[in-house]
Amino acid sequence: MTLLLLLAVLDGLAHAALVFMVAVGLTLVFGVLRVLNVAHGSFFAIGAYVAATLGTAAAATAAAPLFALPALLVAAMLVGGLLGPVVERLLLSRIYVKDHVLQLLVTFALFMILEDVQKLIWGVQPIFQDAAVKALGPVEVGDIVYTRYQLFLLPAVAAATLLCLMWFLRRTLTGRVIVAVTHDREAATAMGIDAARVYLLTFSFGTMLAALGGALAAPTTSLVPGIGVNMIVLSFAVVATAGLGQIEGAALTALLIGLGRSIAVYFAPEFEVVIPYLIMVAVLLVRPHGLFGSPELRRV
Amino acid sequence: MGGRLAAPATVGTALVLGLAAAAPWLTFVFTIALAKGLAVLGILLLLRAGQVSFGHALYLAVGAYTVAFARPLAGDVLVLLPLATAVATLVGVVVGLFVARYRDIFFGMLNLAFSMVVYSLLEKLYAVTRGTDGIRVDRPTIAGVALERVPYEWTMLGLMLALAIGLGFVARLFLASPLGQALPAIKARETRLEFAGISARRVLLVAYVASAALAGLGGGVIALTTLHVTPLIAYWTHSGELVFIAILGGGGAVLGPFLGAVAFELVRVYAAAAFPDAWQMILGAVLLGIILFASRGLWGLYEGLMARLGRRA
Repeated sequence: MTLLLLLAVLDGLAHAALVFMVAVGLTLVFGVLRVLNVAHGSFFAIGAYVAATLGTAAAATAAAPLFALPALLVAAMLVGGLLGPVVERLLLSRIYVKDHVLQLLVTFALFMILEDVQKLIWGVQPIFQDAAVKALGPVEVGDIVYTRYQLFLLPAVAAATLLCLMWFLRRTLTGRVIVAVTHDREAATAMGIDAARVYLLTFSFGTMLAALGGALAAPTTSLVPGIGVNMIVLSFAVVATAGLGQIEGAALTALLIGLGRSIAVYFAPEFEVVIPYLIMVAVLLVRPHGLFGSPELRRV
Repeated sequence: MGGRLAAPATVGTALVLGLAAAAPWLTFVFTIALAKGLAVLGILLLLRAGQVSFGHALYLAVGAYTVAFARPLAGDVLVLLPLATAVATLVGVVVGLFVARYRDIFFGMLNLAFSMVVYSLLEKLYAVTRGTDGIRVDRPTIAGVALERVPYEWTMLGLMLALAIGLGFVARLFLASPLGQALPAIKARETRLEFAGISARRVLLVAYVASAALAGLGGGVIALTTLHVTPLIAYWTHSGELVFIAILGGGGAVLGPFLGAVAFELVRVYAAAAFPDAWQMILGAVLLGIILFASRGLWGLYEGLMARLGRRA
């Protein structure tokens, strides 16, 4: 019982770290662009697939274990750096003036397209590449043998991401410019800020975060079609529970939902998928704008 | 169906019946298409209020599984379909009371979340739902008469056509009523609606429950046509299809959903077979094209054509 509980907590932490990486990108992009990007889940999936492909390629080289971890980061930078700007410039920049419904539909259409792009490139057979997990090796926690990758690396990356983002948005010039655009785009533009550039930058960065989440998730699971849709609804649950645009809130909620879900996996597996939404519905019933959200407060 | 819709509705019905007589396998395709058209009609009501649901396959599934569960107990189409509609209405009220508080992004994504939950429960609770194997539905009687396969499919198509025309007419009356007129007001300026003394939440709830009932009925018809129900009917791709058809058909008139659904199913029969792995991609690309370049859909194209012909005459 206690053993199971400990295992559930460890799994929950690792899972929460991954969900946070995706959710924080989603909430950051929404905060600045005011568009909820449904295709964010596809960026997660594509990041995972690219990481697996790079990982397999790296495994064939002489210094294999050394490359396993950097390959994950490279995959995320590739997806964020290439796909992010292309999508923002070619597609999203055309719809900022349109209805919310149409914006949602456009990103949903993009999501449909990218789902099949994955199938066309990587097929529908499960892909498994765990070189990065093997590179770090196992660790014993009490009586449980666990992977160092999930116990240390995932939570560390998530925590570092959170701290860096907080520092970046509050202390650096670019970060403050982003916050300014979030508050009032017109006033910021009047002060000489290039809002279009801020949009491009934020979207690419958000895409990279989703892809990094995917790349980090890749070594721990088999990649099959459908991981994108599961991740987008899950991270939306996190973002909505925290309040749209809330970064620190997203971290706390990811932890709550990640733990709730992994405890369900061990004790009531049928209801694993239901738990995050039960938490979300319960929170939204009491606080319609989420735990930390409020319609008038600053959002980033 | 009064006014300018009577002619296209008659022509459409004649076309559907004529094509089905020429190629018998089309009876099945058309019945499914029109059943989806019913659900899309519900989506259209919500779109009038500027809201989009990414989870209405949930109600298709509620209708379909109601039929599947009730089939051993009740053997007639005329009992099963009202039952499917009633259960979907009930679920619509419960979920609607929650989601009608939200707008835009929250409305769309909460519906998606509910449908994902139901999908995963249908898949995981094997003891109740038989999981991905699904449930077989024995062919029921229609008004007490047991029919062979071919006459049964023809009767279902006829029933479905009657439902489409009848409910399309009702939807038109609803949209013209004061309650229906309040829907565009939610999209335009909700606060003013509230100032006029009308509860926006209640208006949206009524539209939501109506859309759930329509989708439940559509799901029931689908189950009674395919005679086999799997959790896949609740999957997000089906919700996406419904939204897609609504945009494809255009929101201008109640015939749009049925026009869109029939066009969609006909294309799908060929395209999905030719490009099974690129099907969603084609849908997504067409959806983008319509939103960016032809925002009034197929019905809009038809109206534009009629207007041009009228000017020339």
